[in-house]
Amino acid sequence: MERFGSKLVRFYIPTALYLVFLLFPFYWMAITVFKSDKELYNLKLNPFIIHSPTLENVVHLFTQTIFLKWMWNTFFVAILATLISLAASLLAAYAIQRLQFKTSGPTGVAIFLGYLVPQTILFIPLAHIIFKMRLWDSLWSLVLTYPTFLIPFCTWLLMGYFKSIPKEMEECAMIDGTSRINIFRKIILPLCLPGILSSFIFCFTLSWNEFLYALAFISTTTSKTVPIGLVTELVRGDVYHWGPLMAGALCASVPVALVYSFFVEHYVAGMTGALKE
Amino acid sequence: MDAVATAEQEIRPSLRKRLSAALENPTFLGFLFVAPAELLLLIFLAYPLLLGLWLGLTDTLVGREGHYIGFANYISLIHDSSFWLTVFNTFLYTVVAVFFKLVLGVGLAVVLNRDFKGKGLMRAIVLLPWIIPTALSAIVFWWLYDSTFSGISWTLIKLGLMDHRINFLGDAWNARWSLIVANIWRGVPFFTIGLLAGLQTINPDLYEAAEIDGAGSWARFRKITLPLLMPLLTVVTVFSTIWTFADFQLVWVITRGGPGGATHLFGTLSFQRAMAGGGHFGEGAAISNFMIPILVACVFIAFIFLRKED
Repeated sequence: MERFGSKLVRFYIPTALYLVFLLFPFYWMAITVFKSDKELYNLKLNPFIIHSPTLENVVHLFTQTIFLKWMWNTFFVAILATLISLAASLLAAYAIQRLQFKTSGPTGVAIFLGYLVPQTILFIPLAHIIFKMRLWDSLWSLVLTYPTFLIPFCTWLLMGYFKSIPKEMEECAMIDGTSRINIFRKIILPLCLPGILSSFIFCFTLSWNEFLYALAFISTTTSKTVPIGLVTELVRGDVYHWGPLMAGALCASVPVALVYSFFVEHYVAGMTGALKE
Repeated sequence: MDAVATAEQEIRPSLRKRLSAALENPTFLGFLFVAPAELLLLIFLAYPLLLGLWLGLTDTLVGREGHYIGFANYISLIHDSSFWLTVFNTFLYTVVAVFFKLVLGVGLAVVLNRDFKGKGLMRAIVLLPWIIPTALSAIVFWWLYDSTFSGISWTLIKLGLMDHRINFLGDAWNARWSLIVANIWRGVPFFTIGLLAGLQTINPDLYEAAEIDGAGSWARFRKITLPLLMPLLTVVTVFSTIWTFADFQLVWVITRGGPGGATHLFGTLSFQRAMAGGGHFGEGAAISNFMIPILVACVFIAFIFLRKED
C-alpha cells in the first residue's frame, strides 16, 4: 500500500491545485449571477462571497433581452445541422469503411483533411457565398455551413465504430439474400447506436458552441444565437451589464452541460476513439 | 390508353429491378452513400477554400464584386506594421499556450491515472472548460480581467503581494499573458482526457519491472510513459497547435485584438478588416491565406513524425 504522505504529494495536492485552476472561472461566474449591482461594484466587499443574494440579474436577462429567442435560435440551428451531418456522415462512413469501392481510401482521407481546415480561413469566402445565395442574416446560413466542420469529425468517428462490427454478420445476411440497403438499415445501424449517440453529442455541442460563423453571417438581433447575442447586445459602448452577462453565460451553458453530463462516457469514448484512429 | 398503361407496367418492374441490382453494386452504392457528405463539403469547404485564394488577389468589398489586383493585398500587408505585430503575436500565443497546455495536460493525466473513488466525476469536472461554449467562458474571463473589480487583483492586494490593481487588458503584455492563460485553461482538458486513454493502455508490469531495476519515478516517466505515449501525444499536439494558431473567439471576446492591435491573431485581424471595419473582403482573405502554408507545414511535420514512429 502507498503511504498517505506520498499519496498526498502525488495525488491530493496536485489534483486540488488543478481543480482550483479549472473551476475558478465557473465559481466567479456563478457568484456574479447572484449579486446585485450595488454589491458588484462595491470595492470594499470581499468579491468571493455573496452578501445579499438576488435574482435581479436573471430577471433582467429574461425580461430586458430576448434571451429565450436566442436560445431557441441556437437550438434550431444545432439540431438541424446535427441531423444533416449525422445522416450524411453515417452513409459516408459506412461506404468508406465497408463498401470498399474504388476510391474509398482517398475519399476517407479527403474528408478527414476537411477537419483540419480552420474556420478562420473559410469565413470570408463563405460570407461571400452566403451573400450570393441570399442567405445573409438567415439562420439557414448556419444550418448549411456548420456541417463543414461536423461531417469530417463525425465520419471519422463513425468509421471507427463500423470497423468494430464483424464482417461475418454482413456476409451471412448477404447469403440469406438480404439487400445491402437492408443490411445497413437493420443490422449495421442498430449495432452502432453508441457511435451514433456519441456523434450526436459531439455535433450538438460543437454547433451550440460555434461563434465565428454566427458572428459573421447574422446581424439582426432576433436572429442571433446565444453567444453572439450576449457578446453584442449586453455590451453597449462602455456600458457592461456584467450581472446579466454572467447570468446569460450560466444559463446558456446549462443545456450543453446537461447533455454532456448524461453522456460523459460516450463523449470520452468518442474523443479518445477518434484520436486513436 | 390501355397500351400505354400496360407498357408502363412492364417498364416499372424492370426499372425497379435494375435499380435494386445497381444498389447491390458496391461501387454504385458507395458513390451514392458518399455523395451527400461530399456535396456539402465541396460546396461549403473545398470551394470556399479556393475562392478565398482568389479573393486574396482581388479588391472585393462586402457585397460588391472586386477586380483582380495581383498581389497588391499581400504587398501592402508586408509593409503594414500592424500585420507584423499580428504575426509575432500569433506565434507567441501559439507556442507559449501549446507548450503549457502540453505540460499541464500531461501532468494532470499522469496524476489522474490511478484508481480512486469518484474517478468518473473527476473526469467530468476536468472536461468542463472544454465543453462549455468558449464564447461564454471568454465572457467570464473578460469580467475576471476587469481592471477595477477583478478578484485576482483583490486577492493579490489582500495577500500583500501587490499594492495596485492589475490593468489586465489595458497593457499590451498584460493582455497577451491574460489571453494565453485563458487559452491554456480551455485547452488543458483536451490534452488530459485524450492522453488519459493512452496512459491506461500501458501495461503496469512495465513500471513494476522498472521499479525493481531501481528506476525512479522521473526515469520511469521518461523511459516508459513518454515513448509509449508519443504517437498519441503528437496527434493531440498537432490538433491543439492548429486550433490555437487559428483561434478567434477568446481574443475577439476578451480584447477585440486590443489594446492598440497588440493581441490580434490572424483570425481576428482578418475579421477586423473584412467584417468589423471597412468590409475589405480581399484584404481579409489575404490575411487568412497567410495561415495556410503554416498549417500545411504543421500537418506535414506531424505526418512524417508519425511515419517514423511506426
